[in-house]
Amino acid sequence: MRVVIQIPSALRALTGNTNQVEVNAETVGEALAALLDRYPSIGRYLFDENQRLRSFVNIFINDQDIKTLNGLETRLKDSDKILILPAIAGGF
Amino acid sequence: MKKRGVSGLIQRQAVSGSSYASFTMDEIRRYGRHLIMPEVGLEGQRRLKDASVLVVGVGGLGAPVSLYLAAAGVGKIGLLDFDEVDETNLQRQVIFSTPDVGRKKVEVARERLLKLNPHIEVMAYETLINSENALDIIKDYDVVVDATDNFPTRYLLNDACVFLKKPLIYGSIFRFDGQVSVFYAGKGPCYRCLYPEPPPPGLVPSCAEGGVLGVLPGIIGSLQANEALKLILGIGEPLIGRLLLVDALSITFRELRINRDKGCPVCSENPTIKELIDYEQFCGTRVSGEALDAARNSITPLELKRLLEAGEEIQLIDVREPVEWEICRITGAKLIPLSQLTSRLHEIDQTRKVIVYCHSGQRSALAVKLLRELGLTNTYNLAGGIDAYAEQIDPTIPRY
Repeated sequence: MRVVIQIPSALRALTGNTNQVEVNAETVGEALAALLDRYPSIGRYLFDENQRLRSFVNIFINDQDIKTLNGLETRLKDSDKILILPAIAGGF
Repeated sequence: MKKRGVSGLIQRQAVSGSSYASFTMDEIRRYGRHLIMPEVGLEGQRRLKDASVLVVGVGGLGAPVSLYLAAAGVGKIGLLDFDEVDETNLQRQVIFSTPDVGRKKVEVARERLLKLNPHIEVMAYETLINSENALDIIKDYDVVVDATDNFPTRYLLNDACVFLKKPLIYGSIFRFDGQVSVFYAGKGPCYRCLYPEPPPPGLVPSCAEGGVLGVLPGIIGSLQANEALKLILGIGEPLIGRLLLVDALSITFRELRINRDKGCPVCSENPTIKELIDYEQFCGTRVSGEALDAARNSITPLELKRLLEAGEEIQLIDVREPVEWEICRITGAKLIPLSQLTSRLHEIDQTRKVIVYCHSGQRSALAVKLLRELGLTNTYNLAGGIDAYAEQIDPTIPRY
């Protein structure tokens, strides 16, 4: 499935300032793995040493939290948009 | 005390002997544009006058929030901040002016709000909010606005508002992105439902490190004020259970559905956290083993100066972005932006000592950790970054 991963401002320094990346993948997990292949430095940000998604990062598919779907095993459809949403704290 | 329910989401107890606030001729004239709308009217304006909102943080977000709430006639506004106005604030904190630099933020803001609207009460708290004082301060307010800039305080405010059953209006910003929501335990998710844990310190850059478009907190803060007014007036649909994302570059607004976490340690049916905790420790910002390691792998600006003067064979690596390099740099440095570090390792001579710097020392600390894990053990971070170097050693380097 051809899907788009949307990269928020906070992470664009790790993806060469690209705001979206197109990948081929069947599941959310595969899509993120494809992203890491292209931009390895984002890996340590998204995943801990046990390859689990860090809890300050939320992933949404077309505006639905993957936690309410099937997590990283959630199956994708063509043109799905995956949003990576890390916690940001700026306010000043 | 007689408990009076007001329609909408705010429950308040009326002080015995008084009824709803009444208005002078001046106030009727001042609030005319509110009064002629059926959704507000005299009744709504009374609710605003009877309401109290605590704004935690008087900065990029706190400035527009407090200005618009004061303008709207919110009867009591609390302002909490311990900092002084700095020149770098004036790019976005529009409640301050140039002559205010050096003055306490809450004092200046209080003066400004009362000048704007002398019919309201403004309480100034020149303090840090922490586990010792949070419940005591927050209990006197109907609504709390999170206008802070750090994770420990955000989690503290969340937990305190859950315990005291107060709505918390959340806003956060970074560069061109903003987020807004209303966390109201019992009616929707709390902050911990969305983000159970914060990122480790240093991983998410602050505004000082990452930058922020000055107008962005104006947009997000105004949206926060909008949510506060809706809650008080009992109109519209508050952002409870919804997270609004704003991308100022493409000017897209998007809404994500966020849900209560049935296992949330604070707001679920079976909470495991029932008191305020040590939030610095929770967020890892208290000095830890990792932080001590980071301190050991750092050198001060003075030490760098001595190394350079002694003609030592060092490599100075600048991990900032090209736009920052354009502003200023330390002579002799090589620019390798942080995102390119792992792919340009071959450009670093592993036989020479490596000193890494960025703007304030956060990104370079991360870079040093990375490089050391990859085997470059003779690598050190410039504590405080080029900013500290400019301040302490070389004042010809512009500071930003």
